[in-house]
Amino acid sequence: MASQQEEGPVTTGIRSTLTELLNPVSLEIVNDSSKHAHHSAMRGVTSKETHFRVSVVSEAFEGKTTMQRHRMIYTALTSEFDAGLHALSLNTKTPAEVAKISKA
Amino acid sequence: MSFLRTATWALRPSSQLLTRRAVLPATSFAVRHLSDSTKKTIEDAIHNNKLVVFMKGTPDMPQCGFSRAVMQILTVQGVDMKKSLKTFNILADEELRSGIKEYSSWPTIPQVYINGEFIGGCDIMLNLHQSGELESMLVKEGLVEPEPEENPRA
Repeated sequence: MASQQEEGPVTTGIRSTLTELLNPVSLEIVNDSSKHAHHSAMRGVTSKETHFRVSVVSEAFEGKTTMQRHRMIYTALTSEFDAGLHALSLNTKTPAEVAKISKA
Repeated sequence: MSFLRTATWALRPSSQLLTRRAVLPATSFAVRHLSDSTKKTIEDAIHNNKLVVFMKGTPDMPQCGFSRAVMQILTVQGVDMKKSLKTFNILADEELRSGIKEYSSWPTIPQVYINGEFIGGCDIMLNLHQSGELESMLVKEGLVEPEPEENPRA
């Protein structure tokens, strides 16, 4: 990918934490921070790792509501939020749900 | 206007990180400084209003794309944004900003409450909107009129 940047510490933290927590079938992390750098809340913030989109497919989500899935992830990423992570857009699916979508 | 506030906010995490890490290893982000008065503000708001959104900016001028998306979803759903929706601009109240994150144990804004219950942020609202569940919830609480049936018997 042409636009791929070097992975920063927050991205690495998200990847390793979620890999350990969820043992995911797939894990995609997109750093959207540059799209939000001009927001008022980002004034004075120098981190290039504030806004992310994360898509995870994992068996660990089985039987859990979206709220519960998001909470699992948010709780696990407490130190990343403390270190300046500001927004996380989450797409959390089980392998069965992905199969259902691709069939539809 | 918000420069000072965001500047101090930006300075905060590192110092807080040290103290919190030292005292509270691996706890959730929920252990901070939710004062009794902020807690009461939140509880009064979510129990006296069927639909409350803690957001950045105002419904007319959201200051963040995620807050804007939630306003758009509610508008599309047909919520009377003037009458049925109570919002709090957390950018104008630093204590509420940290307080609501702690109260909901949820680290991001916006946050939506329906009938006193925490529903979620932007992603969950979008999911509920697409699945049709949000409409059911809003109809149940009397926040929107039920959609007329597709083939109404005239």
